[in-house]
Amino acid sequence: MDFMVFQYPMITVQACLDGILLGILFALIAYGMALQWGVMNIINIAQGDLVILGGYIAYFMYLYGIHPAWGVIVAPVIMYFLGVIIYKLVINKVVDRDLFISILATFGISILFMQLMNFAFGADVVLANSDYGTTMLFNNNVVLPNSKLFSAFISILFAICLVIYMKKSKLGRAIRATAQNARAAKILGVDTEKVYAATFGINAALCGVAGALISITFTIHPYMGLPYTIRSFMIVIVAGLGNLPGVAMSGMGLGVFEEFADYILGTEFRIGSVFLLLVLILVYRRFKLSRKREYLK
Amino acid sequence: MRLNKIILSFVSALVILFSTSVASFAKVVGDKIILGAAISLTGKYSSNGVHTQNGYNMAVDRINSMGGVKVGGKTYKFDIIYYDDESNPKRAAQLAERLISQDGVEFMLGPYSSGLTKAIAPVTEKYGVPMVEANGASRSLFTKGYKYLFAVLAPANLYLDVAIDLAVEKNNGKPVTVAMAFEQDAFSQDVRLGVLDAIKRTGSKKVIDDKLPKELNDMAATLVKVKQMKPDVLVVSGHTKGALTAIRQIAEMKVDVPMLAMTHCDAAKLSKQHGKNSQYALCASQWHKTLTYKDNFFKDGMTYAADFEKEFGYDPPYQSAESSAALLVFKDAFERANSFDQKKVRDALAATNMQTFYGNIKFAPGGQNVDKPMVLFQVMCDDSGKCENKVVAPTKWASAKLIHPVPKWSER
Repeated sequence: MDFMVFQYPMITVQACLDGILLGILFALIAYGMALQWGVMNIINIAQGDLVILGGYIAYFMYLYGIHPAWGVIVAPVIMYFLGVIIYKLVINKVVDRDLFISILATFGISILFMQLMNFAFGADVVLANSDYGTTMLFNNNVVLPNSKLFSAFISILFAICLVIYMKKSKLGRAIRATAQNARAAKILGVDTEKVYAATFGINAALCGVAGALISITFTIHPYMGLPYTIRSFMIVIVAGLGNLPGVAMSGMGLGVFEEFADYILGTEFRIGSVFLLLVLILVYRRFKLSRKREYLK
Repeated sequence: MRLNKIILSFVSALVILFSTSVASFAKVVGDKIILGAAISLTGKYSSNGVHTQNGYNMAVDRINSMGGVKVGGKTYKFDIIYYDDESNPKRAAQLAERLISQDGVEFMLGPYSSGLTKAIAPVTEKYGVPMVEANGASRSLFTKGYKYLFAVLAPANLYLDVAIDLAVEKNNGKPVTVAMAFEQDAFSQDVRLGVLDAIKRTGSKKVIDDKLPKELNDMAATLVKVKQMKPDVLVVSGHTKGALTAIRQIAEMKVDVPMLAMTHCDAAKLSKQHGKNSQYALCASQWHKTLTYKDNFFKDGMTYAADFEKEFGYDPPYQSAESSAALLVFKDAFERANSFDQKKVRDALAATNMQTFYGNIKFAPGGQNVDKPMVLFQVMCDDSGKCENKVVAPTKWASAKLIHPVPKWSER
């Protein structure tokens, strides 16, 4: 135990800011998961692997001399189509089965992606340099890498765009209608099959954005997806489905929690503390995974 | 009746065919000495696994083309059976079992990483199969009393203790303050023990002692503490991800520390991935091509590096060099034993005392190589941003002078 984080106020500020910036990024991934979970009742274990794949897209742009920040635009486009393909190939075959089958299927996709990425890109740890520099605050006592600020800004931007899209566009309304009551939506002429495919695609696209940001801010390698899946799962459980402000708040909360756990318990317990928190919250909320399923083919 | 006969002859033909094909894998066939190796060709160690395999292959080709191994007045050539252990210790142990009991291999080469070597060593030990390994440096490998395990590399606890000594030397012999961040795996924790020994020996003080998780990609918290405590030395060991994460965040957070020492810089291609940000980092290495060790097969480090580059298209990391050295050790031991008896070869290995392009090799009773010190190099960049690793310690091989203390970020 080390309580240094409370002894120096500047470190407390630093930990909070780091946590919030990180949390915004987590919230973006979690929002994709919540959307998909809410609409088609699928818990996507491959979420983290989609994120890492998005990261590799940005990394390859960087390798070929394009600034990795463009990955934020390119990765979601590629990932959207990949998401739709995954839906057509796998998800639509299991989406009307019980929750367990869909978890197994996405778990399989996760393993497949991990190995394919390892095969295609190698097991090396890689990163994309943005050269964005650093912002110093409070007489140089608090440092914020601009890459973190950039990723928080882009995450917020994408979240806002998505909210507007869901409210205003035809597809957005169809998605929300399907989430509320798939049967009624279908009767009223919504092509639910198309809605499901688009939802999976949008989720993959959000993962792509987040991945590109992670490759700019942190490091990526093929086996790093699971912690991101767990984090978004946890954020969604805390926030509930279809509750965007909740997702944002619990994302930032998780980010700050992780930072403080890191300082107090040590970096080695960082991910462990997230798991522990997950267990506590599951027990506390007695979250019902077996909630009524509403899928219509 | 006739049908029975046909079936019988068919089956016996199959049996004969099968047994000969198994026999063809046995240890020494015709003029071939067959070695076995489980290597990580897929999975998380696959890049270093390939470096290891390339090192083995390079040495096999070289030794074979330069006359092979002479035992009992006859010349033999090396051949290796490889299996992919998928970077998985359980699989590695199974494959070792298979190499020995099914393929009949009687001499083994090591896999990549301490963890996998740890998985294989009990198997080779059980069957009394001599194993020369080049990529398992964990101290715990050499304290179990293994009789058939020989490592050409220096044990992990020697990786970074030199850095502490160097810092004390630069501090006019006065003790220093040390911040440590080590991953929680067998190798890094052994490096940590070595650093702790050095801290104790020099009367220095550790001010931060963080453990890093396996899925590390953010060590901002540790670095904030470093900024606050202002230690004289920061030591980081967490394989390639540790090295890459540390350099990225030290540069981004503008952490000023007089000395930064780590492991796995060359495997992480630090200077290529980070350019000038990696400048002044001190890195522990088993080998560097500018060292002046010599042998008859590869001549010296520079020649080895040039030949390796010609064959595989990249500069050899030390993982390849030490793997090549393992074959030189086997050849030497076979010739001195003048026999393929496993016990005799084992005794000959234990008595090894030779120089290779990779360094001097002499095994302690535990199996580790005690005759080869680690080297430290420092990443140095010129104004155009081109970076190179230059050996700065021990002084005997130094090709450049250590830059100490590291200039502050505000002055770079």
